[in-house]
Amino acid sequence: MTSPAKIKTIKGETGDWEIVIGMEVHAQVTSNAKLFSGASTEFGAEPNSQVSFIDAGFPGMLPVINEKCVEQAVRTGLGLKARINLRSIFDRKNYFFPDLPQGYQISQYKDPIVGEGEVTIDLKDGESIKVGIERLHLEQDAGKSLHDQSPDSSFVDLNRSGVALMEIVSKPHMRTSEEAAAFLKKLRAIVRYLGTCDGNMDEGSMRADVNVSVCRVGGYEEFRRTGSFKTLGTRCEIKNVNSMRFVQMAIEHEARRQIEVIEGGGAIVQETRRYDSKANETRSMRAKEDAHDYRYFPDPDLLPLELEQAWVDAIAATLPELPDEKKARFMAQGLSAYDASVLVAERELADFYEDLARGVDAKAAANWLNNEILGRLNRDGLSITQVPVNAAANNAIIQMVSDKTISGKIAKDLLDIVWTEGGDPRQVVEARGLRQVTDTGAIDAAIEAVIAANPDKVEEVKAKPKLAAWFVGQVMKQTGGKANPAAVNAALKTRLNLPDEG
Amino acid sequence: MSDLVSMTLAEARDAVRAKKISSRELTGAFVAAIEQARPLNAYITETADRALAMADAADKRIAAGTPGALEGLPLAIKDLFCTKGVRTTAASRILGDFVPPYESTVTQNLWDAGAVMLGKTNLDEFAMGSSNETSAFGPVLNPWRAQDSNQNLVPGGSSGGSSAAVAADLCLAATGTDTGGSIRQPAAVTGRVGLKPTYGRCSRFGIVAFASSLDQAGPMTKTVRDAAILLTSMASVDPKDSTSVDLAVPDYEKLLDGGIKGLRVGIPKEYRVEGAAAETDALWSKGADWLKAQGAEIVEVSLPHTKYALPTYYIVAPAEASSNLARYDGVRFGHRAKDVRDIIDLYEKSRGEGFGAEVQRRILIGTYVLSAGYYDAYYARAQKLRTLIKRDFDQAYEKCDVLLTPATPSPAFAVGAKTTDPLEMYLQDVFTVTVNLAGLPGITVPAGLTANGLPLGLQLIGKAFDEGVLLRAALALETAADFKHSPAKWWTA
Repeated sequence: MTSPAKIKTIKGETGDWEIVIGMEVHAQVTSNAKLFSGASTEFGAEPNSQVSFIDAGFPGMLPVINEKCVEQAVRTGLGLKARINLRSIFDRKNYFFPDLPQGYQISQYKDPIVGEGEVTIDLKDGESIKVGIERLHLEQDAGKSLHDQSPDSSFVDLNRSGVALMEIVSKPHMRTSEEAAAFLKKLRAIVRYLGTCDGNMDEGSMRADVNVSVCRVGGYEEFRRTGSFKTLGTRCEIKNVNSMRFVQMAIEHEARRQIEVIEGGGAIVQETRRYDSKANETRSMRAKEDAHDYRYFPDPDLLPLELEQAWVDAIAATLPELPDEKKARFMAQGLSAYDASVLVAERELADFYEDLARGVDAKAAANWLNNEILGRLNRDGLSITQVPVNAAANNAIIQMVSDKTISGKIAKDLLDIVWTEGGDPRQVVEARGLRQVTDTGAIDAAIEAVIAANPDKVEEVKAKPKLAAWFVGQVMKQTGGKANPAAVNAALKTRLNLPDEG
Repeated sequence: MSDLVSMTLAEARDAVRAKKISSRELTGAFVAAIEQARPLNAYITETADRALAMADAADKRIAAGTPGALEGLPLAIKDLFCTKGVRTTAASRILGDFVPPYESTVTQNLWDAGAVMLGKTNLDEFAMGSSNETSAFGPVLNPWRAQDSNQNLVPGGSSGGSSAAVAADLCLAATGTDTGGSIRQPAAVTGRVGLKPTYGRCSRFGIVAFASSLDQAGPMTKTVRDAAILLTSMASVDPKDSTSVDLAVPDYEKLLDGGIKGLRVGIPKEYRVEGAAAETDALWSKGADWLKAQGAEIVEVSLPHTKYALPTYYIVAPAEASSNLARYDGVRFGHRAKDVRDIIDLYEKSRGEGFGAEVQRRILIGTYVLSAGYYDAYYARAQKLRTLIKRDFDQAYEKCDVLLTPATPSPAFAVGAKTTDPLEMYLQDVFTVTVNLAGLPGITVPAGLTANGLPLGLQLIGKAFDEGVLLRAALALETAADFKHSPAKWWTA
């Protein structure tokens, strides 16, 4: 179902416009070897140190499909709830480029390995929408041209040549730059959960081509109703955007540009554009020589890729719990949609949460993680995998709060201590005498002391029951923060004869 | 000496294994013969030192009692097979002085069996041609000449260096590759045996690609038995070639015995083509009679789409070639043009200087038929026709076990006779291309001489991976034809 939410529009000079966005995401397959050769795929190696004769396009060399890459593509397809095509075909996409050693890229054109699927994306307000997946296909990456090594020559690094990529093509089902970013984020989470791509945008393991068009209000709904692209505007493709933030900025800019062109009496030309993050603008890319006609034809060096349903089923049986299912489970445990979607966004975070929440209240664990742990990680510039206090230790702190061994206030101090100094939280509590005072005698004594010192406040609180909070604070101070706040509250109510709702 | 070089592969094998002659002696005789035969231009690269070193190593293994199947036997290798450490040219300027750092699977199989490499033989550039005249290293001359004539004839193509080397006793046997007839046609016009195995029988790994879905390596030999012996060593299941078929390789020599009694031999009526020499037709009939006399049953069959084979071939092969040859761009290896302005200029000049006219023609044809707007009219239709041509054979094989056809429309022609008319040159493949399009095995066997003394061959076509039966039928044909002719060695004079 499409979102029932109100349509976000952009105001132009001549009226309101809608944006329509589709994406093509290139995700590098996690595998030790390239798609058609045994060469390594490790990132950051010396230029041209991970190149086989196949990757360099030497005479007589032949591609042989890497089964691991096929498995990863199928796994990803299953994770996208997509149709797996048991027969797919590798084609040659022919063009000349110095970093394309064979003079063609082996890709899949008419018959991709994965067909239609869908991704559910979570928006900030807790709302979810579904974005259709058109297809996923396997293809080779090209090498890299280096133009900054010499004043009069260009160099080519073929380490990336032949590395397996999954091109994941969405349907034009996104309407705002936030949705586009959320889609990319969700896709990244899914492939990371599946272990099929590391999702590392900095290293280029995931790159997005963003298709943007604008249309008048209602045009998109018409397209969804009829399936006809006629009511959509002409799209421009923004190539190789490599961060979530840039995806959003590029879309915003490109939509504005298109509206200005149309409102100025011009027409949008279907073209490929490049996003310049420094200038925050998109620019028309010079077309690659002969880029118009790739002369696709089936690669005669490779037989059609035939899969057995049983093999696909075996992969399906090993799929991990994916973000959506995990989110549903977390919500069933009592978390809000928002909390659950934050936690499942990263598999490591979700895993940490599950360890953290073992045997304690789910909501308490989620709050502890969101407020205390993530806050400190953020402050220290660390990721969840680098957290100084492991989930078990944090779990112990939460347990101590819930069984009233320590107060919530002490718990935060305790986390600070073990965060910087290390140590077992339970031992720290004992060693430093941080146990909460539940001994009513000690609490009663503190209450009597506060009452004795503040007779005026005792009179006041009878008229203003809200002042009870002041008494609680004073008693806590008296006990060095170790008193159980609930016990203090109860004792004060009795002693001061306060009504229950106070 | 001439006794040594005129031995068949089988005879030499037995003599070497029985230690009647050493590989060193045998190899030395061929090295000398090759030196004397340079006017034929059969070899692009002679590797005499390497050959003698390989021969010595072979003699050691024979002495040690551990000979391989081809131990010590000197062979010629078409210069389309990459040979580690030995320049490989594909008879093109574009490869420059390219020395492969790897060995093709087929040649590796041969060296593993103990064979000796005499050198790399000439061919049409990138195996594109039917007369060996498109080679950047000059044409090869056919060892045969017509009676009372000094006119130089072509040795066929594209494996013209290999066919000349076998016919002129410049090797015991040679490797060839066959994309549309490039083993069978040159073997036929030089009076020798050429076998194109089923597609997928020999690995294509390390063979400079022309048209990947058609290319297949095979033996070029003096006899059918030699073809069986050489194929046994060339063929393998190769995980480095996805189109190599996972089927154990039998000892084809052992499958030669048994005769052809009861074998059903199909005569495809569509192979009576206009323009074929009367002698060709007559020989074809004679061939059928020979097989019948040995107990075969002759049946008329139809291959109705035969007339589309040549046009189909000349779409599919150039299409694949245009893509396969894109890697020769002057960037990583081979010829690079000097004084270029930019990368486009580098491509254009390197390729313009590096590729000969016929290769450029085929790249242009191939690029055209794959282009948007023409793909459906040409490439897609050619693929459909290819399916129909395959089906023709499937239907014919319901009625017969092998097919008998002429090998070539004419005997060897004069150097330069057809170079100005590509279409006439392409007609040379009319009897052979269907076999490649259908992926089937085919063999040509010398069957007679024309009135003026030039060899003519007959072709047998088998079922896929049925080389055993094909070779047995070829042996029957060879026995009946009793072709014992050899060219006069005019070049040593």
